[in-house]
Amino acid sequence: MKTAVLQFPGSNCDIDALKALHHTVDTMAELVWHTTTDLSSYDLIVVPGGFSYGDYLRAGAIARFSPVLKAVQEAAARGRYILGICNGFQILTEAGLLPGALRRNESLQFRCEISQLVVANGHTAFTSEYTENEIINIPIAHGEGNYYVDDETKKALQERGQIVFRYVSEHNPNGSVDGIAGVINERGNVLGMMPHPERAVSKRLGSEDGLRLFASILKSWRGTHVLH
Amino acid sequence: MSYTEPTAGEIKEQRIYRTFGVTDEEFARVTELLGRLPNYVEIGVFSVMWSEHCSYKSSRRVLRRFPTSGPQVLQGPGENAGIVDIGDGQAVVFKIESHNHPTAIEPYQGAATGVGGIIRDIFTMGARPVALLNSLRFGPLDDAHNRYLFSHSVAGIGGYGNCIGIPTVGGEVYFDDSYTHNPLVNAMCVGIIEQAKIARGSASGVGNPVLVVGAKTGRDGIHGATFASAQDPHAKERSAVQVGDPFMEKLLLEACLELIETGKVVGIQDMGAAGLTSSSAEMASRAGSGLTLDVSRVPCRETGMSPYEIMLSESQERMLVVMQKGEEAIAFSIFEKWGLEATVIGQVTDDGMLRIVEGGKVAGEMPVTALVDEAPVLERPSAVPAYLSQLLPAPTSLPDGPSHEDALMHLLAKPTIASKEWVYDQYDSMVRTETFVRPGSDAAIVGVPGTNKALGMVTDGNGRYVYLDPYAGGAWAVAEAARNLVCSGARPLAVTDCLNYGNPEKPEIFYQFERSADGISEACLTFGTPVISGNVSLYNESLGQDIYPTPVIGMIGLMDDAGMITPSSFTNPGHILYVLGDIAAPLQDGLGGSEYLAEFLPEGVLAYKLPHLDLGTEKAVQDACYQLIQQGVVNAAHDVSDGGLLVALAESAIQGNIGVRVEVPQEVRDEALAALLFGESPSRIVIEVASDRSADVERVAQQLGIPCARLGVVTDELRFSVMANGSKVVDMAIGDLRSAWQGAIASWMN
Repeated sequence: MKTAVLQFPGSNCDIDALKALHHTVDTMAELVWHTTTDLSSYDLIVVPGGFSYGDYLRAGAIARFSPVLKAVQEAAARGRYILGICNGFQILTEAGLLPGALRRNESLQFRCEISQLVVANGHTAFTSEYTENEIINIPIAHGEGNYYVDDETKKALQERGQIVFRYVSEHNPNGSVDGIAGVINERGNVLGMMPHPERAVSKRLGSEDGLRLFASILKSWRGTHVLH
Repeated sequence: MSYTEPTAGEIKEQRIYRTFGVTDEEFARVTELLGRLPNYVEIGVFSVMWSEHCSYKSSRRVLRRFPTSGPQVLQGPGENAGIVDIGDGQAVVFKIESHNHPTAIEPYQGAATGVGGIIRDIFTMGARPVALLNSLRFGPLDDAHNRYLFSHSVAGIGGYGNCIGIPTVGGEVYFDDSYTHNPLVNAMCVGIIEQAKIARGSASGVGNPVLVVGAKTGRDGIHGATFASAQDPHAKERSAVQVGDPFMEKLLLEACLELIETGKVVGIQDMGAAGLTSSSAEMASRAGSGLTLDVSRVPCRETGMSPYEIMLSESQERMLVVMQKGEEAIAFSIFEKWGLEATVIGQVTDDGMLRIVEGGKVAGEMPVTALVDEAPVLERPSAVPAYLSQLLPAPTSLPDGPSHEDALMHLLAKPTIASKEWVYDQYDSMVRTETFVRPGSDAAIVGVPGTNKALGMVTDGNGRYVYLDPYAGGAWAVAEAARNLVCSGARPLAVTDCLNYGNPEKPEIFYQFERSADGISEACLTFGTPVISGNVSLYNESLGQDIYPTPVIGMIGLMDDAGMITPSSFTNPGHILYVLGDIAAPLQDGLGGSEYLAEFLPEGVLAYKLPHLDLGTEKAVQDACYQLIQQGVVNAAHDVSDGGLLVALAESAIQGNIGVRVEVPQEVRDEALAALLFGESPSRIVIEVASDRSADVERVAQQLGIPCARLGVVTDELRFSVMANGSKVVDMAIGDLRSAWQGAIASWMN
């Protein structure tokens, strides 16, 4: 598997994502600058957290127009895996690759903590190593993570199993509709999530629950690729 | 736009220099040094270079007394930040700085730019910033303006650090009337560097090009440094406060580190207070060189800016860089990649002059030595404040004091003691994925990438203690910082200090400053932690009232093995609790200086003496704790500080979500029990150990000649129970204690 971790000038979780990938599943993972226009050689594209172009406007609203996003759209259309984390999730919704939008947290404050998530769909390419309905601990760190979809879309997402992670019901940190923390596209190859699995890869960091997300992706990729 | 500036004659005749804070004597001295009258640009430059903020004219004589050397010190005070050896060719770079005056006027931007400024000081040295801490002081939260200052400062600190991607891992917050009109915002940044790649702020090599890089220069923050040195910041304008752009700084950070990495940089310096003026003068001064700067080449945000405005602008996110001659193109291409400007604005000369030209015309010309070395050094008069001789021995209880249970609940809900979750949840404390101990413990622990080592980091200070006993209070801040590091498993290495005081022109205030600095010095010698960087903030007074003298100590410790990290929360039912140090010290010291007095006898809290601090005892207690941790004996350690013994025990129990059953190990008169439970005598640490390690605790305590007392056990029953003299004095549910402690600040703010 070959992974690109996108690097916008204001990305700040790019190195963390790279470290987590090197540490877990992909020693070939590399950083790819935001002016790149061709991502065809990558099997997995990680859109990392941070503040892409400062995000003084709506988070991700400028990044969606960057050259590299066109290449992300093409890769998504070809069925490559795309993982948007935090700012990456915001960018993917702005780009229309995922449904819904991320508004400011209900508290109007930035929030950083280790969150408890429910794995709402354990049968995606990103979550097969989890047990469905399992509760996992993954950090959050965002000011605009309040996920919104209208009722009709929410119902459709539910029916199609596109809601992948929810905050445990008594601890919704940002006011997201239905406690939604992560969603996947219909085709099942693009996942966006506000929590940071790359920050939960060792006991010292307070949780190892992010490891299995990366392991799931590798497993899915192996299932569709014959090793030479 | 056209403008008319006063002529040199008008500046003198109309004493226009006074509006810049320049005294008549100083103006005469400037005239003498130049051999002529200064023009408008020149008096502007002198006024900021000779301001308290840049020249340290009141404090310099005192600062010279700090111990600043040691085998671990690679760079002491005098550079943008200090540097300490952490082995394996690596070093830690750190500094703390105040942004009090801007915060009082515009809390979000004031606090945010404080963070931005201190980050620049760290990467200017070539270091990768890895952590931020802060130390905050506000007035009580029952006042709406205090809540506004507090919430916006916290948002500003978070807004800057979160965006730039440096975790905010620790800090402290105190609330006291003393800070109602003068909040304190001190920000500390820590970086890691390979020793071979240290960069410095020196402008050497005749003919080398001088570049301004980063943001454009605007009209914001002109005379910010002078304003920080003025007596009443509220009389000044908001326009003197700078506006921060953390995204711009993120670009600047990456571009500068990439540029320094090329090895083609001769010197680099942050344009902080007094902008282009101080950065250029200081860089030339360090190299003994001169500089010619053409202000017409400086990229400006607006047209028509005069040389005066360009030299004095404090626009943020800019750096001054001296490159090797002929290597400018490297800077251009790196900065272009990051979407930033890098512009050659002048060159290094050997005539020792700071020469400001505008196109072909000389706008100002001043000897660098006159600006830097000849800056006034004042000998401020010092006088012992009258109140110090009137302090009484502190009581061990209050006549109509609360029950011990009520006292504990009130103290836990006091914003100064209560959980700071409401604050630190707004900071990204985990980005960079090296934060092993997040905010809320005795010290934050951050891993050194690629090694098994880790750095412990803390900020500590207690203004009330320093007010009650300047010398002991200063020493106390250092002792407590070291104690917090030791409790977490780290060995103290070195200190950065932020010295916040009132008006130094008052002899009593200057006495507080001088004496507490002496106390800091002695404690730094005791703990082997030299002062390697720091900052002084004076004139923290409003409406005639001075803040408590509030030196804040930032301290860094090293852990050779991150596996030795020790939590402050209790861990295992059945484990034994000990107090290292003299549990009964408050029977002599009483409740002096304590949060207990502040809560239950507010009008008397400044009337009684501070507990006694003996640095030898303190060192022995810390050594015992450190040795026991290194021997793998200690499961948890927490120092006894604000709120005393019961608050320390409650904090560790709440955070571990575990019960505690303790018994005061000696007979105590009922009238003295409050002191034992809530007194704040120093040099005491609560530790949790497995029952079969008790002998180790007693052996080490005996070897080091310190008392140690077995206090009780950790239990799986979620209760907090305290026996004294054979009867139960406290028996409460951990859940109730948690509710009081955890939600206290939020209940004021939401």
